[in-house]
Amino acid sequence: MKLTLKVWRQKDGDSRGEFATYQANDINPDMSFLEMLDEVNESLLARGEEPIAFDSDCREGICGACSMVINGLPHGGRKATTACQLHMRLFEDGETVTVEPWRARAFPVVRDLIVDRSGFDRIIQAGGFVSVSTGGAQDANVIPIPKPDAELAMDAAQCIGCGACVAACKNASAMLFVAAKVSHLAILPQGRVEKNRRVLRMVEAMDSEGFGNCTVTGSCEAVCPKEISLNFITRLNQEYAVALLKSTGQSAR
Amino acid sequence: MNTLNRRCSSSLGKKYVMAVTGLALFGFVVAHMVGNLQIFLGREILNGYGAFLKSKPLLLWGARLGLICLVSLHVWAAIRLTQDNRAARPVAYAVQASISASYASRTMLMSGLIVASFIVFHLMHFTLGGVDPEFLEFRDGAGRHDVYRMVVAGFSTPIVSIFYFVGMALLCLHLSHGVSALFQSLGLRTGHWVRAIDLFAKAAALTIFVGNCSIPLAVLIGLLK
Amino acid sequence: MKLDSKIPSGPLAEKWNKHKFDLKLVNPANKRKFEVLVVGTGLAGASAAASLAELGYQVSCFCYQDSPRRAHSIAAQGGINAAKNYKNDGDSIHRLFYDTIKGGDFRAREANVHRLAEVSLSIIDHCVAQGVPFAREYGGMLDNRSFGGAQVSRTFYARGQTGQQLLLGAYQALSRQVGLGAVKMFPRTEMLELVVVAGHAKGIVVRDMVTGKISSHAGDAVVLATGGYSNVFYLSTNAVGCNVTAAYRAYKKGAAFANPCYTQIHPTCIPVSGDHQSKLTLMSESLRNDGRVWVPKQKGDKRLPHDIAEKDRDYFLERKYPSFGNLAPRDISSRAAKEACDEGRGVGPGGLGVYLDFSDAIKRLGEAKIRERYANLFDMYERITGENAYRMPMRIYPAVHYTMGGLWVDYNLMSTVPGLFVLGEANFSDHGANRLGASALMQGLADGYFVLPYTIGHYFAHDKPARPQAGSAEFREAEAAARTRVQKLLAIQGKRTTRSFHRELGRLVWDKCGMARSEKGLKEALQRIPALRDEFWSNLAITGSGESLNQALEHAGRVADFLEFAELMCLDALTRDESCGGHFRTEHQTEEGEAKRDDEHFSHVAAWEFQGEDGRPLLHKEPLVYEGVHMSQRSYK
Repeated sequence: MKLTLKVWRQKDGDSRGEFATYQANDINPDMSFLEMLDEVNESLLARGEEPIAFDSDCREGICGACSMVINGLPHGGRKATTACQLHMRLFEDGETVTVEPWRARAFPVVRDLIVDRSGFDRIIQAGGFVSVSTGGAQDANVIPIPKPDAELAMDAAQCIGCGACVAACKNASAMLFVAAKVSHLAILPQGRVEKNRRVLRMVEAMDSEGFGNCTVTGSCEAVCPKEISLNFITRLNQEYAVALLKSTGQSAR
Repeated sequence: MNTLNRRCSSSLGKKYVMAVTGLALFGFVVAHMVGNLQIFLGREILNGYGAFLKSKPLLLWGARLGLICLVSLHVWAAIRLTQDNRAARPVAYAVQASISASYASRTMLMSGLIVASFIVFHLMHFTLGGVDPEFLEFRDGAGRHDVYRMVVAGFSTPIVSIFYFVGMALLCLHLSHGVSALFQSLGLRTGHWVRAIDLFAKAAALTIFVGNCSIPLAVLIGLLK
Repeated sequence: MKLDSKIPSGPLAEKWNKHKFDLKLVNPANKRKFEVLVVGTGLAGASAAASLAELGYQVSCFCYQDSPRRAHSIAAQGGINAAKNYKNDGDSIHRLFYDTIKGGDFRAREANVHRLAEVSLSIIDHCVAQGVPFAREYGGMLDNRSFGGAQVSRTFYARGQTGQQLLLGAYQALSRQVGLGAVKMFPRTEMLELVVVAGHAKGIVVRDMVTGKISSHAGDAVVLATGGYSNVFYLSTNAVGCNVTAAYRAYKKGAAFANPCYTQIHPTCIPVSGDHQSKLTLMSESLRNDGRVWVPKQKGDKRLPHDIAEKDRDYFLERKYPSFGNLAPRDISSRAAKEACDEGRGVGPGGLGVYLDFSDAIKRLGEAKIRERYANLFDMYERITGENAYRMPMRIYPAVHYTMGGLWVDYNLMSTVPGLFVLGEANFSDHGANRLGASALMQGLADGYFVLPYTIGHYFAHDKPARPQAGSAEFREAEAAARTRVQKLLAIQGKRTTRSFHRELGRLVWDKCGMARSEKGLKEALQRIPALRDEFWSNLAITGSGESLNQALEHAGRVADFLEFAELMCLDALTRDESCGGHFRTEHQTEEGEAKRDDEHFSHVAAWEFQGEDGRPLLHKEPLVYEGVHMSQRSYK
């Protein structure tokens, strides 16, 4: 099959970008979207042009590196699928496909389709952990955890940090990402101890990165490759409200 | 207090302000509708209700001031949140595709702003007499302000009534998302309550639309004279 | 070079405890005076960086990904072993130790493996304390499942994403230290050279992958946790960015490379669909419990699977290994599939695949039961191939997914270059010639959380290494070497892309040094690799400059190292004239097709020392002596 590709090309963060049009011929329907781009890059290299830069690593939907908006939808918009697992058989022969980077102030473009998502790391650094140091942990079975709680925590913990939620949200909000980590740790007894401090600090970090606000449109949930539920945002709202009331009059730090 | 201040102006803090004021305003809209529907019980009862409200200036002015504060906070939070949201995506996508987001959720600011201008007109119309100063001068047999006559006169012009229908439609669109979103923002829209709350929001919005529109409609078809 | 494994004296079970006491300590107030450079943020690297920072060391941590959370440990599915005996089924430290040694076909260092089994207990405790959401039973206790190569249930898991959850636990611990200012994190940064000053590892040269800037970092010790080299095969289950560069650069600076020929093949991967394929995806081996493996009897039979009558099908595993059938061990089933395909009877695109057919199981148990057992795997298969495995048989093919070989380390995880420590898949130590399922995660975390934090202090306290001098001649030389290499790659201006070289190299080593190796094939590979390398250095096409983000350049640098490393791997495979574990020499097999060891001549670790660009690597042997186990023919009958 053949496709016309409109791909965002931008030399670096300081340059202006623009769309370039490429013809992708001889596409095998069994290719993943990224393998199709690999082939386009091979032909660009053969012509002495610089290949399209994009992030990818595991190519099995778990590392969260790949990040591109395909025809207006992060990862192409197929349910529970990252761009690396999106296969070409889902496209129509002769279709024009537009490929753009994640668009958000907090995710500046580094080059072409690559953006800087280190804001997510800084949010985790602000509080997305349990403050235990190596050594001295008690036996793993000392605190029983109800199975439904463990399952719910796992639902949230599955987040791969790809940023599709931010890319999809009309406000470029990172609430689903933050909610997933806050919920994962607040549901488990090990993380509950410092849950108030954690949620206050993570939200503060989120705000300072310049993400937008949640208006509950649900687009984040719809494009999330791990199908993280919007309910976790409700939980985050609740956790923050409780932490806010408890911290009244006392410094959070 | 500083910490509290800072927290309240955080992204989630502003959402709480939005939600709490939204909830209070929703309560007002419901009460306002119930009060106005008394028109169907006849001139006597409606004018009595109007006179009762006027006889308690403290309550009336307290409520009015409260409403002004609520609306101001609601609008302030909305503007601040919108500014943040606009700034969060400086470069738009070339291809716009929306997924999952409902029409109401994507148009909250627009519906909110139009509703706000509708409210201004509504106040001019029936409270301040800006549209027709005569309205405030109507008196009934008992010498009370003839609210009933004012309403009937106010809605007799089809163009005004149509404007009210549109205003109500937008208010209800706003509420159909806003009411469930406020529960979401307060972290109360969880588990099996999700569907109930969403249903309640839509039902409440529809009820308010039907309830409020029934008055101009009744005037237009001559049920109320 | 002398290999001193520094295995502590005393009874096997007491070595580690005794050693921990014998190790010298660094005064808490002095720890902040030492700077450690950690390369790699997978399970081993992230856990080491976090733990060292918690102790008070200054840590700088580097990864090539945009975030430390994306290291390839994240893709491990199955689970992590620990000898907790929560199931009351007779598990013990000794049993985990024994299973691991036996699984490694008696080619692992006994003392290391015993220590691994000992610390496995603490790993689970620590991970639970970090908030890793392991699967639970209804009573709230941790759940276990059983895994290949063991008769007890000792594998802890978090759905099919155990690696992800363990890595996020380590990443969060690391992030906490970054937030506290104890770790400086350098993402999108690739190590290009090791700096050795007066015989000790004192720093690294890195390239900032965004700006292209090449710079040096000096430290009191260097820790490599840079994973395995499966991508020498081009197609593997590794992430596309995984590479051997850091380890290979260290090898060229004097660190011995041990057992490079030990690679592991996983039998149930989704087959290659064409030349465009960039990586392979693994599916859980549990599928073989209900699926029957077959190929058409006739060569080149192009009919659809259900049009092929029973009598025209060859259920080759059931035929060749009647007692094991479809559950024959990993290496045996992998080789049998390859043979069938080599005979021209493979199915699917390129004839590189065999059927894994569930129709009998669906008939017997009903589709609902199969769906209950394997729905997620069938979904994954459908997402990738577009085929419904309930209606037609799956196609599977073996793929490389782990490398047991790596830089040689002593009991303290220090390489032959003092001050250079190597952890996780990057070292050679614990899995011998074959790794058991759910052991890789265990080893990575053991090294990072519970071994290195003890042993690195001993190096500082005992060896009292001199302060590193950034900007000294050695640093300038290493930086210049890295720069020259980049310039050299950019200056070739040839016609062939890196990918085409990588693909050709991969196909060559897969054919000659993959599932089955022979003297003839290996010698041929040793002829062809240098030729391919020469062509690479004279006909490579890359565009762009070294001063910006340039993925073509990154890939070229990695493939350049694979082109050298592949030769070492084939040389090791040729020299090890026996079969053991994942290293199968066709000349040495039992009648059942099992690997036939030669303990008399090859019961040793083969550690290769670099001898200059034109010299042949020098082989050093570390004899393997077993006190706690009796060496036997590996058999899972």
